Amino acid sequence: MPLLELEDVVASYGPVKALHGISLSVEEGAIVAVLGANGAGKTTTLRAVTNTVRRTGEIRFDGRSLAREPAESIAALGIAHVPEGRGLFPELTIVENLKLGAYVRRGSIKSDLDRVYAYFPWMGRRRQELAGSLSGGEQQMLALARAFMQKPRLLLLDEPSLGLAPIIVSEIFTIVRELNQEGMTVVVVEQNAHIALQLAATAYVLEVGTVALHGPSEELQQHESVRRSYLGY
Amino acid sequence: MSVYELLGRLAIRDVGTRRISTGASAPVLGLLVAACIFLTVGSLWSSQFAQLTVSGVAQGSVFASLALALVLIYRATEVINFAQGEMAMLTTYIAYQLTLWGLSYWAAFFATLGIAFVGGVTVQQVLIRPVQQKSIIAIVIVSIGLLSIIDGVVIWIWGGDPKFMPAPFGASVYRVGGVAVSLTDLGTIGVAIGTVLVLWLFFQFTKLGLAMRASALRPAAARLVGVRVNLMLALGWGFATVLGAVAGLLTEPSQFVLTPTMMQPILIYAFAAAVLGGLESPMGSVVAGIALGIFLNLLGQYGGYLQDSALRLPVAFAVLLVVLLVKPSGLFGRAAVRKV
Repeated sequence: MPLLELEDVVASYGPVKALHGISLSVEEGAIVAVLGANGAGKTTTLRAVTNTVRRTGEIRFDGRSLAREPAESIAALGIAHVPEGRGLFPELTIVENLKLGAYVRRGSIKSDLDRVYAYFPWMGRRRQELAGSLSGGEQQMLALARAFMQKPRLLLLDEPSLGLAPIIVSEIFTIVRELNQEGMTVVVVEQNAHIALQLAATAYVLEVGTVALHGPSEELQQHESVRRSYLGY
Repeated sequence: MSVYELLGRLAIRDVGTRRISTGASAPVLGLLVAACIFLTVGSLWSSQFAQLTVSGVAQGSVFASLALALVLIYRATEVINFAQGEMAMLTTYIAYQLTLWGLSYWAAFFATLGIAFVGGVTVQQVLIRPVQQKSIIAIVIVSIGLLSIIDGVVIWIWGGDPKFMPAPFGASVYRVGGVAVSLTDLGTIGVAIGTVLVLWLFFQFTKLGLAMRASALRPAAARLVGVRVNLMLALGWGFATVLGAVAGLLTEPSQFVLTPTMMQPILIYAFAAAVLGGLESPMGSVVAGIALGIFLNLLGQYGGYLQDSALRLPVAFAVLLVVLLVKPSGLFGRAAVRKV
């Protein structure tokens, strides 16, 4: 049974339809990329899962329907969503952001905080600084660290590479791969198809709110239209 | 300068001030230190000055608790709760009724705080929540409606004539080296500052407090990490109403009577203090409330032509106006960059 399944999901912002019936499935332990141009519905697909957009259709997580779950119940089910703009609390400190990541957990979080600080020593040193004072790359790392604190089974990432220098992007994707190795299933939305296809084993290509193509990343990399539209060669 | 340049400058200023956790800039901190030195020297020089300062702090700590209530609600709903003063007045009448039924003052005091908390949560859930997403003006209208409803209900139940309550702190006066300090002033300062301190510790050091701050700052992001935002906003109204109740209960002993209009001037001073402190800054509102209390008290004695009590309110507003012209974001506020 797939960990996450979308079946014929339709979503709209007011009168404007953004998804015209999307179906996709994500196996436990996988990294799946969702590619597409601006406005193809990549962000909306993630928002459909966490019920932060009006949608119909069936969405199942671990066999359980998410149709009626409000956004604030999703985290407790084991899904972390790092949305567009990263969803941090810029007015709060680094450590407060990390603690909010673990909000749905019970019990001590100290050992996980220590792990975060061991992995990102700068976060430990600057834990009392406001998240809003960090650079874009640092904020993205904080967003990933906060998702780690939640200990989710499924991580939804919206354009982690957006606005970051290439060297930072590859660092971010290394972290994502390590989170995956810890057992986290990852769905990553990207405009940067090149790096996303390297990271993910399977990928979906969206075009105007529908799935245009999907399959193993190597196959898509060879695919004529993907190469022309998204890889640029 | 183009609009974009201007926005860019504002944004940079914003990031700059956010690094400082208190939100107060160096000149403001300097000003506060200078004011403290002035008050200390003045108090050593004249015992009358010292007495006025202490009773000013007492008066100001009442402004501070009501101002903090306004700020808590402003941060959660982005609206000034115009009914805050009337809610405080109503809770004070409830305490009065409890003492009539035979409770001791302090039993009634703490029972009232509990009732205030439940009342505040209920007001948010029943009246504010349905219009929260609609528009800011809708919330303002609801709060003004609430104000007149409370006014009407209180006069209907208890009548408009003044009521008297037992004095909580007694009438004794302490003398510290020629300075007479009334127990009422000390008690007022202790209870108001104590309440503020307990709330601060709660918001700063508990998981629930952190979730409440997150809900007020970024509701959408808070939902994604699993915070029940509506519940948090309701709890915020509960705490704000408790603060208001403290302000009301502390206003009564200093005025000796309970009337339906007793909180109206206090609300206006509290509003002035909240704006002076920067509206979004809890610490700013408390500091500004106390400063305003001291300032008005000293002005009443040494103000020359301005010491007429009829001029208290206009003078308070003149100060407010000057501050807003010089520093529109208030003493502790950060330059506002509103999310669009």
